[in-house]
Amino acid sequence: MALDSKVPEGPIKDKWTDYKNHINLVNPANKRHIDIIVVGTGLAGGSAAATLAELGYNVKAFAYQDSPRRAHSIAAQGGINAAKNYQGDGDSNYRLFYDTVKGGDYRSREANVHRLAEVSGNIIDQCVAQGVPFARDYGGLLDNRSFGGVLVSRTFYAKGQTGQQLLLGAYSAMNRQIARGKIEMFNRHEMLDVVKIGGKARGIIARNLITGEIERHSAHAVVIATGGYGNVYFLSTNAMGSNATAAWKIHKKGAYFANPCFTQIHPTCIPRSGDYQSKLTLMSESLRNDGRIWVPAKIEDAKAIQQGKLKPTDIAEADRDYYLERRYPAFGNLVPRDVASRAAKERCDAGYGVNATGEAVYLDFASAIERYGKEQAKIHNITNATPEKIYELGQKIVEEKYGNLFQMYEKIVDENPYKTPMMIYPATHYTMGGVWVDYNLMTTVEGLYCIGEANFSDHGANRLGASALMQGLADGYFVLPYTIGDYLSHDIRTGKIPTNTPEFDEVEKEVKDRIDFFINNKGTKSVDYFHKKLGKVMWDKVGMSRNAQGLTEAMAEIKAIREEFWKEVKVPGSANELNPELEKAGRVADFLELGELFAKDALNRAESCGGHFREESVELDGEQKGEAKRDDVNFAYVAAWEYKGEPADAVLHKEELEFKDIELKQRSYK
Amino acid sequence: MNLTLRIWRQKDSSAKGKMVDYKVTDISEHMSFLEMMDVLNEQLVNSGEEPVAFDHDCREGICGMCSLYINGEAHGPDRGITTCQLHMRMFKDGDTITIEPWRAAAFPVIKDLIVDRMAFERIQHAGGYISVNTSGNTQDANSLPISKHAADEAMDAATCIGCGACVATCKNSSAMLFVGAKVSQYALLPQGQVEAADRVRNMVAQMDLEGFGNCTNTGACEIECPKGISLDNIARMNREFIKANVKG
Repeated sequence: MALDSKVPEGPIKDKWTDYKNHINLVNPANKRHIDIIVVGTGLAGGSAAATLAELGYNVKAFAYQDSPRRAHSIAAQGGINAAKNYQGDGDSNYRLFYDTVKGGDYRSREANVHRLAEVSGNIIDQCVAQGVPFARDYGGLLDNRSFGGVLVSRTFYAKGQTGQQLLLGAYSAMNRQIARGKIEMFNRHEMLDVVKIGGKARGIIARNLITGEIERHSAHAVVIATGGYGNVYFLSTNAMGSNATAAWKIHKKGAYFANPCFTQIHPTCIPRSGDYQSKLTLMSESLRNDGRIWVPAKIEDAKAIQQGKLKPTDIAEADRDYYLERRYPAFGNLVPRDVASRAAKERCDAGYGVNATGEAVYLDFASAIERYGKEQAKIHNITNATPEKIYELGQKIVEEKYGNLFQMYEKIVDENPYKTPMMIYPATHYTMGGVWVDYNLMTTVEGLYCIGEANFSDHGANRLGASALMQGLADGYFVLPYTIGDYLSHDIRTGKIPTNTPEFDEVEKEVKDRIDFFINNKGTKSVDYFHKKLGKVMWDKVGMSRNAQGLTEAMAEIKAIREEFWKEVKVPGSANELNPELEKAGRVADFLELGELFAKDALNRAESCGGHFREESVELDGEQKGEAKRDDVNFAYVAAWEYKGEPADAVLHKEELEFKDIELKQRSYK
Repeated sequence: MNLTLRIWRQKDSSAKGKMVDYKVTDISEHMSFLEMMDVLNEQLVNSGEEPVAFDHDCREGICGMCSLYINGEAHGPDRGITTCQLHMRMFKDGDTITIEPWRAAAFPVIKDLIVDRMAFERIQHAGGYISVNTSGNTQDANSLPISKHAADEAMDAATCIGCGACVATCKNSSAMLFVGAKVSQYALLPQGQVEAADRVRNMVAQMDLEGFGNCTNTGACEIECPKGISLDNIARMNREFIKANVKG
């Protein structure tokens, strides 16, 4: 099937407006006769469910947690971008569009990104109206801060809990619709497959996670908003339950899966401490606004630190290597995430890491504390302030800005980050790849939509800070509600979709057979055993940097783990009860297929690009020597994979990317 | 370190539960409490037993999913943390650790250490929102200035993660810290004023209906709250409630 992105004609700044002016609308009286299923109720799914219900559709929403308020969107810390130009520093829709396309290393679809920038301002208005307590300045107006990869202050924030507050905003909008009976909420439910009738998505099979009951739910359209697949690495910053099952199951039923190898490695995570570790914790990128990243300049100092003989505070200023400021003077500590991550890996691989494993760099707030302290002394008219007083005043400001992050760090690492620099190391964070969607956010299956992190669309090969929350809410509040209406306008005479059809029978049987297999397979190894094994291959060979040989090996190794999994996996308990091991087994089975496609996609993309660094593709000379080398001649496309059974047999379809409004050029942060 | 774990096991909501002892060995002090539970569960799976069911998800102290009553304290020893942020360095080699689910009539046990917190959901449905259309056609965000003080206080109240530690630790199983936090957030912001009276009345009525107890100002909830939600929020809720009823 040829890929049709359905991007409207016309100048980029008018596309979305013209599109909205010409689509079909559904009469309010008819919306009452149309059902929509929304799977996942984080920022994207929650905002979509609330808005679709507000419009008058009947919404059935599904979440694996006990409440939408717990979706992993809640963990996003730093902020949300919007081109409001409140700071008067030259921001505009075009600049946000430009920064996002450039930040994504020119691998996203221009029209989608421009639309995202256009609606970004509305998001802030909407959330403020819902009572989201964004940070304010003393005049009562909204405050902003800056994030990696940009030169303006366009990030709105609520302390270090922006994701939580935005999610609670969407959740409260949902609550209003639940109370009105327009959203039927299914908590502790997991979607296990999609049901197609006449080629269109018409329902899902879900499992009630408490009773184990397998349920059939029908609708005129199905929306997948289940987040990313970062847990394919086992260790990631994702919540433990974050999984790829819904996205993977729809892939197996005909939805193409795009750019799986574009996975963001976030530079500011707390380093891992041992093999027992269950997940990694992210420290917001906003810390790089004030924190300076460094390692010792001398290898002997680094060794002494690794052995615990020296402390960071023992290293004199002149003996520190602020490597980001040295290599990228224009952006310094605020370079994009892929650049910062690779630079940290480069220093650690060269032996300059600063913890026992040699896999950490310092994030130091000493100079920010001093700078703020001096400023505060001036404001409060304190002359001849002692260094202690300056420190105290400065610490207070830093505490106000990042207090909860510092507290979190201290609880985990047992060190006071006000006194000694934090240690950080890159970790898997956000997945830019995902289900392929057209301009309408529809997948290659009719009536099946995919929004938020679960789709591939707006971030290209890399995600800039504070852009994920923006995309989730843009899709849910402002894009999908229009595009899905155009599709549903053809369904006003369809009537209720029955669930007692052969199509539902068949898919329900597939789902039940699989569960029965797990329960009855008397294997010898736990689900986690296989997940950790997969994670190790992914990190070692499909991680921060990749090469053809490693990727070929990884594909074979993952296949072998998968074969062993289906023979040896052991799931205790029964199918008709709350059974977390059974839930995990189904999810890991999917990761074991996705992981292989991920490696295949990375192997195919023989260029370095955003979150994907191919060791064979590096700039050899000039100002950019040693930096990632993109190949626009051969790879300016979206790789959309069609399922054909084994992941290794997946068929590649290319959506060629056109750049009419932004010139393709080397991404330089020097 | 080596530990003895005394854990509440209960097959489902209708079954009778009991405490069961388990031994775990070689526990590192750097592990989180839930990683220690993972070690136990891996051990149980390998020996063919059913692992202990417990709620958890983000494991970074923000989703509010994890619970656990540890040695008689919600989220265990240490202040200002969730169970996933509790580290084994808080325990000593040879300790016996008692692990139970949240205890409150309004939070029935689903299985082992997992309880049903739907009562919190229903309170939110009763009024935990501002009735604004999600169309995006609202006024410009900066046309509604809010003093930094009010915004900060609203933010502090909004920090609640809905974990239920306040209920679990209260001798009356009161949900007033949770409800007070939500009522306060909106009461402090101009956007929330229009329907403030209805909101507080409806949320309080639902809270009572769910079977939560009353507040007797003991203050245990504030001490055990992982996010430091202040008792001031309960006072504010009471004021809002009286105000709503006086106005009629």
